[in-house]
Amino acid sequence: MKIQSFLLMISKKLRNYKFWFVFTPYFWLVLFFFIPLALIFKISISIAEWGMPPYKDLFEFTENGFQINATLNNYIYVLSDFYYFKSYLNSLSLAFTSTLICLLIGFPIAFYVAKSSERVRNIMLIFLIIPFWTSFLLRVYAWKVLLQGNGLINSLLIKFGIIDTPLPLLHNHYAVILGVVYTYLPFMILPLYGYLVKFDLNLIDAAYDLGAKPIKAFFKVILPLSLPGIVAGSMLVFIPVVGEFVIPEMLGGSDRLYFGKMIWEEFFQNRDWPIASALAMSGILFLVIPILIFQKQYEKYNLK
Amino acid sequence: MSSNEDFLIIDNISKRFDDVVALDKVSVKIKRSELFSLLGSSGCGKSTLLRIIAGFEKPDEGRIILDGQDITDLPPYLRPLNIMFQNYALFPHLNVYKNIEFGLKEEKLEQNLIEERINEALTLLELSALQKRKINEISGGQQQRVALARCLVKKPKLLLLDEPLAALDKKLRIQTQFELVNLQFKLGITFIIVTHDQEEAMSLSDRMAVMQQGNILQIGTPVEVYETPGNEYIANFIGTANIFEINYNLENKLFANALNAFIESTKNITTNKFLLRPEKIEISKFSGEENIQINKCIGTVKEIAYLGSYTKYLVKTDKATFYVFQQNKFFTENLNIKWDDKVVCSWNENSIFPIND
Amino acid sequence: MSRNLNFLKISLLSFGFMFLYFPIFTLVFYSFNDSERVMVWTSFSFRWYSELFHNEQILEAFYTSLKVAFLSASVATIIGVMVGYSLARIKYVPFRIFFIFIGTSPLVMPEIILGLSFLLFFITTNNLIGFPSSKGFLTVLISHITFSIAFVGVIIQARLSSFDKNIEEAAQDLGAMPNKVFWKVTAPVILPSIVSAWLLSFTLSLDDLVVASFTNGPGANTLPIVVFSKVRLGLSPEVNALSAIVLLVVMSAALIFYFANKKSNIEK
Repeated sequence: MKIQSFLLMISKKLRNYKFWFVFTPYFWLVLFFFIPLALIFKISISIAEWGMPPYKDLFEFTENGFQINATLNNYIYVLSDFYYFKSYLNSLSLAFTSTLICLLIGFPIAFYVAKSSERVRNIMLIFLIIPFWTSFLLRVYAWKVLLQGNGLINSLLIKFGIIDTPLPLLHNHYAVILGVVYTYLPFMILPLYGYLVKFDLNLIDAAYDLGAKPIKAFFKVILPLSLPGIVAGSMLVFIPVVGEFVIPEMLGGSDRLYFGKMIWEEFFQNRDWPIASALAMSGILFLVIPILIFQKQYEKYNLK
Repeated sequence: MSSNEDFLIIDNISKRFDDVVALDKVSVKIKRSELFSLLGSSGCGKSTLLRIIAGFEKPDEGRIILDGQDITDLPPYLRPLNIMFQNYALFPHLNVYKNIEFGLKEEKLEQNLIEERINEALTLLELSALQKRKINEISGGQQQRVALARCLVKKPKLLLLDEPLAALDKKLRIQTQFELVNLQFKLGITFIIVTHDQEEAMSLSDRMAVMQQGNILQIGTPVEVYETPGNEYIANFIGTANIFEINYNLENKLFANALNAFIESTKNITTNKFLLRPEKIEISKFSGEENIQINKCIGTVKEIAYLGSYTKYLVKTDKATFYVFQQNKFFTENLNIKWDDKVVCSWNENSIFPIND
Repeated sequence: MSRNLNFLKISLLSFGFMFLYFPIFTLVFYSFNDSERVMVWTSFSFRWYSELFHNEQILEAFYTSLKVAFLSASVATIIGVMVGYSLARIKYVPFRIFFIFIGTSPLVMPEIILGLSFLLFFITTNNLIGFPSSKGFLTVLISHITFSIAFVGVIIQARLSSFDKNIEEAAQDLGAMPNKVFWKVTAPVILPSIVSAWLLSFTLSLDDLVVASFTNGPGANTLPIVVFSKVRLGLSPEVNALSAIVLLVVMSAALIFYFANKKSNIEK
């Protein structure tokens, strides 16, 4: 009898769509997202070894009995070696600088688009979204074409006699910043726009009307109002840029090593999976706080 | 027009949201075919009660019994009642006809019966010409009628309306008031209306309940609630109230300091305050005679608001101010009484009503 | 005062848009250059376009990318809608905070870490249960689906949050059970957002380089991987031609979308 009612309850649950809506994502994401992350963690505390996979099994049965081959050496190495730390700092500074520039360029754009009438707004959005839909790889490549020694910019400058020899515009830190800003600008503008458009920005004009100076109005009214949107856009730029690999690879020079490249090298070149994993894990750990900020602001963003 | 039979019994309903008590042991008995209002200001719990009746909230305590059936544990889609939301909640992706059809499709009736019912409703609410239109193409008033039609085709035993007149402008509001009352009378469906507008409640209802902070303060007909309010709050909430203290009471000889007058009443006064409605006071210019003040007092006019059919006066004595509403019965080119005029206010002994705090 | 502000506004916007489009237009310009050496202009020709259409490697990669993008967008949209709905509508999600974490953090996790985790996962499962036997189409597909889910979830949750809940309650009041309410009322109303989310996932998959590099195998090269190998060290005229075509497609799609919208607005 009890089994019958239990089965009945289960079948009722299975027919309820809400059950599947929670179960299916859980199933997929735990299997294909969470476990892989857990795996990185597991390997990051493993001991390196020749062979495939290039690390010792975590749990092993040897002559001495059951053994756990875990170690924190990888972390100690990663966190103490200045080499790795520098690469992380480079990426952090890149992320920070580019987020700031994206904000400075993106906020006015997002603001004015949000303020415009619906017709104008839609046209502008289409023009903003077209580069977004265009492959980012191609867009970064475009900068290569422009900035190369014999690239367009240099050619034009030489042609007009402004300079004699080509400027080394490419393969340096600034080219990377430019590439990052160029690529991630829509990631700043669109969430910011999405948030600002919920407000009636003509209220700002009302503030002018009542005599508020524009700068004052900006800092006292507009900025606080847009904060959740600013945070959303900034997080969407900052966090991925920390691990950015392709843009430094294409536009950067050998003078600076970035965090993403570091992980790549450790994994593919040195075949040192534990170190690569430890690097990745420490990266995640340092990003946890921004990620948490993002998720908290995300709730706020949606509340409006 | 209502019967005498208890149709909807709300029995000791309590509801809390975290720490806030939304409803505290609320009980009401509503009669079949009655037009009943729940009246109160925001936060009084009226909307919560409506949602509990509709089935969108579960009460912490208490039962709801509709036509003999305990519906407390039934989900909304099984309750034989319908609700018309304040913002109408029409389906934006369906046109007028399909909106109205929605509820009937769930009932699995025959197709021609469905069509019949829908056409009935379209005609009744004058929506036939609009049936193919999209929801965002019709006006607010038309949207409301669609929302109403959508409910009525289901032939519900009970219809709940959440602030039905709130979104309408004044002219439309008056027109809709009449239409709603007529509709209710014609169809005989029991209506429960939630509103914060006391004029709305008074003009529509057979009976009403005045609510405050999760409690029902008084249930009665509009006349009962207006003329014999249960306490000071209700008196002030409905219409304008003049409430005075009774300072001296000896064998029904009452004196009010505030008015410097003796009060005689036909009712037995056991409270220490009384209510005197502004429209029951006669006002005239002070002629200079000093009479004994029984149901009569002297004051100065401090404010005048001319409203066409009647004039509002704010009269001041030494210790109080009160309102007098005087109907402008006769044609006049100028107001007789002006600012700062000394006036005599008098009232009938029937007009005094004892009021609780 | 307002005049100056207007000028500022227009110049800012123009600068912004010029900045966005100038590099791409440069590529288009050079795609018509006959010479092999991109920067040295010889003559106008469509040579590289025809080379492009005959390049087996690029064509194959293109079809692979299309297939992966289409499938991953579709599956990710389905699961992502579930995520968005659960977060916006279902009160008691077991371990809600964990659900939010796995549902939204792929959005902000650096791709290199994502790619690494997928690769390690597939290698491990291969060791444990012999599946997948080799990296390739399936592994790229699974990884693309996984990170797209977060994007869809975010979009759908945002849409549902600004949704008038009364509509769903009205549907229930009129007799529809919760299952029916979702299919007959909620889903149709949020359909535009679902389509946008699908398009976004499609683009993200088509464009992805890092994750695909980690999870692809022989015979499953995606277009970005092939392009990257070509431009990593230098310039490539075929890629210029490709860029021009991509731009054309995107612009046409955008214009079609815009005019389709306008038309339905006018009809009203």
